[in-house]
Amino acid sequence: MLIKVNGKEIELSKGVNISEFLIEQKVEMPEYVTVQINEEIIPKEQFETTIISTGDSVEFLYFMGGGSI
Amino acid sequence: MSFTNEQLERYSRHIILKEVGAKGQKKLLESKVLIIGTGGLGAPAAMFLAAAGVGTIGLVDFDVVELSNLQRQIIHLTKDTGKHKVLSGKETINEMNPDVNVVTYKEWVSSSNIIDIIKDQDYDFVIDGTDNFPAKFLINDACVLSKKPFSHAGIIRFQGQTMTYLPDKGPCYRCIFQSPPPPDAVPTCKKAGVLGVMGGIIGTIQATEAIKYVLGVGDLLNGYFLTYDALKMEFRKVKLSSNKNCGVCSENPTLTGLIDYEQPQCELKGN
Repeated sequence: MLIKVNGKEIELSKGVNISEFLIEQKVEMPEYVTVQINEEIIPKEQFETTIISTGDSVEFLYFMGGGSI
Repeated sequence: MSFTNEQLERYSRHIILKEVGAKGQKKLLESKVLIIGTGGLGAPAAMFLAAAGVGTIGLVDFDVVELSNLQRQIIHLTKDTGKHKVLSGKETINEMNPDVNVVTYKEWVSSSNIIDIIKDQDYDFVIDGTDNFPAKFLINDACVLSKKPFSHAGIIRFQGQTMTYLPDKGPCYRCIFQSPPPPDAVPTCKKAGVLGVMGGIIGTIQATEAIKYVLGVGDLLNGYFLTYDALKMEFRKVKLSSNKNCGVCSENPTLTGLIDYEQPQCELKGN
């Protein structure tokens, strides 16, 4: 099935939950990544129970500090 | 308020724009923008706002200029090393544009002073140019609670991000990131490095948002998260929605006041 991750289409062989998907996508420090699916932020408590399905648009939003020092 | 001949010449490229005009330039001269952090992001933001003729610019920072700042914090010069950043910034702006009144706050923001600083000149717009998450959450919460529009930004390595908050018009920073990461969990520029121009690109976008807000033109980055990857030379504008469970801007906020989160050990004052 086709889904979009940060704007790019990728093929997923089977439906996975967000926690599994973060590992599969080799996301650094997955515990601090905000996940948005189809423009809706998914609470971290729902990472295990939310299954990514065909046509979903997934965005990873990362913490970024920087600036002053 | 009428223009002097010098002002007509100085701002001629603005005045000729139909979106600015004489009316818009007057708005800019009468506007007040607060910049928190006079570093990688705040330096270019302050310089472009000063050049644009923003009449009052507030600079907040307790830090002093170090040699390692000069690779990106272009408001400070080699001779400024050791000087307080707000003073060095004020001097550069004064030399660049005498129309600008620079108000300096030689302090770190905290729950005890941030509202007073924002209210001091009744600033129209706030720019977050800080480098740490405790300050970023504090600025967000203070702006949400006092209904001030502000621009968030972060930069690291070859990457940057920015979003704009407008009261009651889209999500705030806390909608996206519910609480700060634990101290030292996410790398800082000091540890991870940052390409000098990153603050120039992102800080200038923050200045653009402030100018557009004052002029009331165009579309702002409220409801969007803009990311920039300099290695791929790629900008992405991600649409956001408000978080109905947000601790500060939702209908049932859980936050009752401002929070001073713990700073990472390596960034503690005097360390």
